[in-house]
Amino acid sequence: MKDIGIVSYGANIPRLRIKIDEIASVWGKNGETISKGLGINEKSVPAVDQDTATISVESARAALSRCKINPKEIGAIYIGSESHPYAVKPTGTIVGEAIGATPDLMVADYEFACKAGTAAIQTCTALVKSEMIKYGLAIGADTSQAAPGDALEFSASAGGAAFIIGKEDVIATINHTLSYTTDTPDFWRRAERKYPSHGGRFTGEPAYFKHITNCATNLMNKMGTKPKDYNYAIFHQPNGKFPVSVSKKLGFTYDQIKQGLIVPFIGNTYSGASMVGLASVLDVAKPGDRIFLTSYGSGAGSDSFDITVTDKIKNLARNKAPTIAQMVENKQYIDYGTYAKITDLLYWE
Amino acid sequence: MREVAVIGVGLTKFGELWDKSFRQLIAEAGSKAILDSGIEGKDIDAMYIGSMSSGRFVGQEHIGALVADASGFSHLHIPATRVEGACASGGLAVREGFLSIASGMNDIVVVGGIEKMNDVAGATATETLAMAADQEWEAFFGATFPGLYAMIAMKHMHDYGTTREQLAQVAVKNHKNGALNPYAQYQHEITVEQVLKAAPVAYPLGLFDCSPVTDGAASIVLCALDKAKKYTDKPVKIIASGQASDTLALHTRRDICTLDATVYAAKMAYKQANIAVKDIDLAEVHDCFTIAEICAIEDLGFVKKGEGGKAVENKITTLDGSLPVNTSGGLKSKGHPVGATGVAQIVEITQQLKGEAGKRQVKDAKIGLTHNVGGSGATCVIHILEAD
Repeated sequence: MKDIGIVSYGANIPRLRIKIDEIASVWGKNGETISKGLGINEKSVPAVDQDTATISVESARAALSRCKINPKEIGAIYIGSESHPYAVKPTGTIVGEAIGATPDLMVADYEFACKAGTAAIQTCTALVKSEMIKYGLAIGADTSQAAPGDALEFSASAGGAAFIIGKEDVIATINHTLSYTTDTPDFWRRAERKYPSHGGRFTGEPAYFKHITNCATNLMNKMGTKPKDYNYAIFHQPNGKFPVSVSKKLGFTYDQIKQGLIVPFIGNTYSGASMVGLASVLDVAKPGDRIFLTSYGSGAGSDSFDITVTDKIKNLARNKAPTIAQMVENKQYIDYGTYAKITDLLYWE
Repeated sequence: MREVAVIGVGLTKFGELWDKSFRQLIAEAGSKAILDSGIEGKDIDAMYIGSMSSGRFVGQEHIGALVADASGFSHLHIPATRVEGACASGGLAVREGFLSIASGMNDIVVVGGIEKMNDVAGATATETLAMAADQEWEAFFGATFPGLYAMIAMKHMHDYGTTREQLAQVAVKNHKNGALNPYAQYQHEITVEQVLKAAPVAYPLGLFDCSPVTDGAASIVLCALDKAKKYTDKPVKIIASGQASDTLALHTRRDICTLDATVYAAKMAYKQANIAVKDIDLAEVHDCFTIAEICAIEDLGFVKKGEGGKAVENKITTLDGSLPVNTSGGLKSKGHPVGATGVAQIVEITQQLKGEAGKRQVKDAKIGLTHNVGGSGATCVIHILEAD
């Protein structure tokens, strides 16, 4: 798969934030204990006019602003999300139209819980490799839902990232990617239900940990690499604890995962989570840096990527769009009442 | 009455066993016990299975026949019966097996206990367990088991000056023992501070004062003592089986700090065994909550009423104390798959009396007691075992 990889990238994180303490106080819980338990201090919240489509458009525009690609040369857009605004009608067409990539364009919306975005990277990589397209745009974005009072309410947040995949001016080569998939119902949302359900502790060991560990190990075995061969590692981050724990289990150090660990500051952006982490690493990466990424999607599966940063990253106008660190800092706090209003908790029939 | 002995034991790992089904678990425990005893399927006269709520937890009732079937014995048409008495289901199954041999009806009986509790969400597990309380007078009004035992703890603290630290020391001790038990759900030690700082469940009980939700199964093979030598050189005799009942609801008890079912079952057992409390070398008691162990050692007569907390503080019940309690880790650390617990207690005492308890072996253990409680104390079953 030599020389195919990321040509540019961009991300978007809504600036509204709610503190875990604020949510906890509404439910009579101790915010400090929950923050410590989850490893999350605050989470991003989509404003009334932000959804997966706007986050995807903003991310795609950020990616385009950093490079000189003509949007017309983008031959495919795949968007992974579990909060596509429409059940039937693609988000991808909205993004395609907004960035000027239509009409000679393949489009489909993806859903695979939190890993649909990395699945989109895999599809784009394959299409570029087969020379069916010149560039592919892979996006992972979510305005994730959580029922009021549910444990998920402390983590479900909003954000996303976009990656343009091609084989010219590649800033980060995708050396290899593979997946690990089983039918494991740890988290789901039935059709026409507003909020997802989850299997409690079942979401841990037999779901998140099993799939990430196996997928990551399979890729390292295939590549003949060890954790120490990588400068950075990113793991799906539904909370601040799981990625730290799984990385330790696999033999990675905290220093390797720190740059890509964004969940403590913005919460779990679901399909965006591991991709925002990758964007954060690319914000600081230098030529020759090797990056390991494993996403996780409930249901369940993982995608692993072995990536090497190239000299071309020096030519990318990274300063033309805000870094993840800048977006994390650009924030405005809201209270639970405002949060309830704008996330549609206060509705009646 | 004929004398009865344990000639084989089997246990699955206790914990969150996501990749094992109900029938795999009971078959595993049963086959381990059968292999340990050296009997064959055709030797089995009857099977008794303790399970509290397999219907609610895994959607399966009629588990007597299922267990015989899952064990590969369907062609032998062995009489197989399920026994239910909430968290005492396992202990009651042991007692039924014991009685059937003692009466002369059977020679060899396999007893199993099982619960697979993690296939439902936590709230459903709590609701299911609450069915062991009085539905009309307790559960219907929102009472849960942590809530009921918290009331016992509050009254105990009020009447006898028992402290939260003393309650915590029960959990600390049991985790210390559990850390030595390869079958335990939690094989790590904890501190008093951790227990006191854990998330509150029902004051004064925090998360670490409560036994966990557990998947697991246990099994034993019982045999008439006069036939046991054919299978083992080290049969462990069951020298007493006591059982008693009490009001289903906590509030109608004479004294909520005393489980009269324990007092009466113990009286029956001590008389049958013809022993005094001082003859007991170790005990497995029903520590579903830390306060339950304190009440248990008082109601069993190990210490005077009200002195349970002090006894724990003075380390009388630790592994190297004068009367070690819950050497397996107890329900708190070993785990509490409710229907399996009473059978697993017999497994622990049998191993201890045979000198096969590894790092948690109690020196020179000759007589051991098991104490299994259903609900907040409406059922209690006690067995006393002695090395032959």
